Amino acid sequence: MDLKFLDFEQPIAELEAKIDELKFVGDDSELNISEEIARLRRRSESLTRDIFSNLSSWQIAQLARHPQRPYTLDYIRLCFDDFQELHGDRMYGDDPALVGGMARLEGQPIVVLGHQKGRDTKERVKRNYGMASPEGYRKALRLMRMAEKFQLPLITLIDTPGAYPGMGAEERGQSEAIARNLIAMASLRNPIISLVIGEGGSGGALAIGVADRVLMLQYGIYSVISPEGCASILWKTSEKAELAAEALGITAERLLKLGLVDGVIPEPLGGAHRDSRGMAEAIKNSLVSTLSELQVLSVGNLIEQRRHRLAGYGVYKEG
Amino acid sequence: MSWFDNLMPSRIKTEQRKRSVPEGLWVKCTDCSAQLYRAELKRNLLVCPKCEYHMRIGARDRLEMFLDPDSGHEIAANLEPQDPLKFKDSKRYRDRLTQAQKDTGERDALVAMAGTVKVIPVVVVAFEFQFMAGSMGSVVGERFRRAVDYCIEHKRPLVCFSASGGARMQEALFSLFQMAKTSAALAELGEAGLPYISVMTDPTTGGVSASLGLLGDINIAEPKALIGFAGPRVIEQTVGETLPEGFQQAEFLLEKGGLDMIVDRRHARDEIAALLAKLMDRPKPA
Repeated sequence: MDLKFLDFEQPIAELEAKIDELKFVGDDSELNISEEIARLRRRSESLTRDIFSNLSSWQIAQLARHPQRPYTLDYIRLCFDDFQELHGDRMYGDDPALVGGMARLEGQPIVVLGHQKGRDTKERVKRNYGMASPEGYRKALRLMRMAEKFQLPLITLIDTPGAYPGMGAEERGQSEAIARNLIAMASLRNPIISLVIGEGGSGGALAIGVADRVLMLQYGIYSVISPEGCASILWKTSEKAELAAEALGITAERLLKLGLVDGVIPEPLGGAHRDSRGMAEAIKNSLVSTLSELQVLSVGNLIEQRRHRLAGYGVYKEG
Repeated sequence: MSWFDNLMPSRIKTEQRKRSVPEGLWVKCTDCSAQLYRAELKRNLLVCPKCEYHMRIGARDRLEMFLDPDSGHEIAANLEPQDPLKFKDSKRYRDRLTQAQKDTGERDALVAMAGTVKVIPVVVVAFEFQFMAGSMGSVVGERFRRAVDYCIEHKRPLVCFSASGGARMQEALFSLFQMAKTSAALAELGEAGLPYISVMTDPTTGGVSASLGLLGDINIAEPKALIGFAGPRVIEQTVGETLPEGFQQAEFLLEKGGLDMIVDRRHARDEIAALLAKLMDRPKPA
């Protein structure tokens, strides 16, 4: 698959194009081109390093939404073994925008669920761009309850622009479905790890994101409202999304500093899509070590610590 | 003035509160546009006597009309909002807060009180919609949590009157996480066997409906209140669907199975006291 480059990556794209051209010429040329290619590769790498060492929040948002970014099912395939997808909320339907099932993490059975975006137009429509409906959140709740019943760790992967704001979703109780998950996750008697792999879009993300540890990939974003939505309300135009992205503090680095997430997993140079295997390996290692921290706790301690964390969210002054 | 008012430092006192309905002898109904005599409208709890429309009402007026006279004292009044992100759009969040505090006389968008309703001890919280659209930030979340703590300590039920556009953008992810915080508090209230009655008033949307709003043991709405996850404009814009008349109104939600009941504001005390008395196994309220 050809790499797609974002606007701010254009200098890298140009270099890479040159490298491709040389490779093409290389076969039937007498010139020693391999040296030139190696030189350009080094330049491309250092340029990438430069550009990526100083990304704005808006640029990170674009990376989080990169069309080639690995999605939930990609990571499930790469990080776990023996995945069996489980479907349906038992009440209304099965939501392809939120997938889940059982798998093994280094041999250990777990329940995993996450938002699922589509790769091509057809799949995007089928997956509703990763915007889940009430039946998706209710399927998630059903799987969470199953995980609790059999004492399986729960791992949730967050990647959604937000819960689906459609008529049907409203009719079937979108708010209630989300709220129900929040209160349930505050009380589940099994360890929960949530990882933002791409977009953490508001309530639709949080609905599977109440956890013992909240982790983010380096170029993931997590926000109360999309930068575009915030800009159109507060700046009266969605064109100020760049400013809104900065103001909202949506990046992993910022949120870690604010104490709102517990850990950040570094991404391969250029982002997760440049090396999805490397990314998956890092995620797997992080999940294994985080889980081992949680599994030494008694159920009572686990819930007490989770509640304590939840109660501690917020900044205010007494006085 | 109750005894408690005398104990409060003067800067918490809010003598000059801005009413939800502007001052003046005559008021226009926000729905049917009838000209209404202010005193009469107030006697009718801001329900239009002509068309029964439930006009928006301030948090303190709400608590005052719901609780037994002089029974209430405020909980967690001393919490002051902060600006952890130094948030600035066309205005600074700091300035917006100062303005909202000046306009409403409140420090933030939720007021919590312990008191009695028809002699039943309760804790009641009410959102102040005039304060940044009743949006939920850290102070709202913390006050809600402390109201729950008070309930658990004193074995009281909780009643919430919500009126909110959702999570407060200016506190960004802190606000989003208040949804988790308030929901976790309600989990503890439930474990203590104490009832939670949620009364959603116009409007209750976004992060507030998707957390404490719809988590009541009993979910009530005021007539015609707009209740939903996404606001009507957002739905129309993002989905390109035109919304039918009455979509997301309380009556619609009741029909779809999303609510237990719709209660006229003028009967709220009677209805809610009767529910609480049953849930708490107390004699029928007088």
